[in-house]
Amino acid sequence: MIPPAFEYLRPQTIPEAIAFLQQYGDEAKILSGGQSLIPMMKFRLARPGYLIDINRIPGLSYIKEEDGYLKIGGLTREADLENSSLIHSKYPIILDTARVIADPQVRNMATLAGNLAHGDPANDHPATMLALGARVVAVGPQGERVLPIESFFVTLFTTELQHDEIVSEIRIPVPPPGSGGAYLKLERKVGDFATAGVAAQVIVGSGGICQQVGIGLTNVGATPIKARKAEESLCGKKLDETTIAQAAQLAADEAEPSSDLRGPAEYKRGLVKELTLRALARAYERAGK
Amino acid sequence: MAKKQLVQIKVNGRNREAMVEPRLLLVHFIRGIPGLTGTHVGCDTTHCGACTVLLDGKTVKSCTMFAVQADGCELLTVEGLMQNGKLHPLQEGFKEEHGLQCGFCTPGMLISSYALLSKNENPSEEEIRWGISGNLCRCTGYQNIVKAVQYAAGKMEQGGKDDLPNIA
Repeated sequence: MIPPAFEYLRPQTIPEAIAFLQQYGDEAKILSGGQSLIPMMKFRLARPGYLIDINRIPGLSYIKEEDGYLKIGGLTREADLENSSLIHSKYPIILDTARVIADPQVRNMATLAGNLAHGDPANDHPATMLALGARVVAVGPQGERVLPIESFFVTLFTTELQHDEIVSEIRIPVPPPGSGGAYLKLERKVGDFATAGVAAQVIVGSGGICQQVGIGLTNVGATPIKARKAEESLCGKKLDETTIAQAAQLAADEAEPSSDLRGPAEYKRGLVKELTLRALARAYERAGK
Repeated sequence: MAKKQLVQIKVNGRNREAMVEPRLLLVHFIRGIPGLTGTHVGCDTTHCGACTVLLDGKTVKSCTMFAVQADGCELLTVEGLMQNGKLHPLQEGFKEEHGLQCGFCTPGMLISSYALLSKNENPSEEEIRWGISGNLCRCTGYQNIVKAVQYAAGKMEQGGKDDLPNIA
């Protein structure tokens, strides 16, 4: 399939890229990993007149802890996350997520920032970032905006990003001792989107009391879903079979799945319940309690 | 029609250049400009991996990348595996272990396996299956492909690195 024609622009700096976005407005799209955009162009689901390739902008690929945050650069690839010793040792929930995205070739190109900016509820990182309470750093003509992930996803393929903004960084609060997280996804085969996925991150205090919890759901609604009621039900409680089962039921109630090729809505709701149960149990285990 | 752009790509150690439309996919550049048709167009939707090539040392699906994006980069395709008339141990392994039937997926399988062995000289069966998880084969059931990669890993361990092409 031959994608529709477009003009190709390759800025060397972020301000140059933003200037192109301002100049060409809604006709322009950022080309980062391109692993969602290019297939969409082939299917004529996207027809940008201008592609702004940001891949040659230096300094946008990094994974580091700084000022209390894990900072991930806007061009950091899934494969970089998969191979990072920092991610392996301290952020297993991000490793869980990155390694189930598509396949090795796609992960060599695809970026975390693109996975979020695309606004696809079927993408895996949004749930994990919701669980971790991440912030998205957007750079535009007026400078930098730090957007909380909770309000980032507006509706299907629509985020808080303005058309002249670029995601330059993702910030995740460094988890305190006693933290643990996990992401679980059911997929029909390697490379498929999730039938459903659940991310859970907990901070467990003395006596197994849950001090903070984040739960995000993949592909069971028009946007990635933060399971607030499930989260609230666990705060201040001891994590045990009963409380985890209650939270899993609440998360299933908060899901808004629709029936499709991957299964009927009720099946997916049941899946959210089971995956929440398992994700919370694994998160708790990883918290070292 | 969009403005054509000059693209220069080093393919299997040889510089290739052409004025191309930005929408030209990398796989079509590879097949059309140097005429290297070993890299296949399979599903054309980022699933099957038949179009897998090594771009600056990393596997990519060349149907999901524009040629202009690879400007200034180095590519290894299946044609670059054989050196001095001698099959690469992986190619030999696919032959010896019957790692192909129709052969359509083989170029992509070889490049993914090549990337895997470059990073991990002695992969476990699970690591091999993980390494080729972006490549679909509809004939073999994968068992003989896994054996072929194991054959190559063993052969390369025996023979040292002398047999490996010194590119990409």
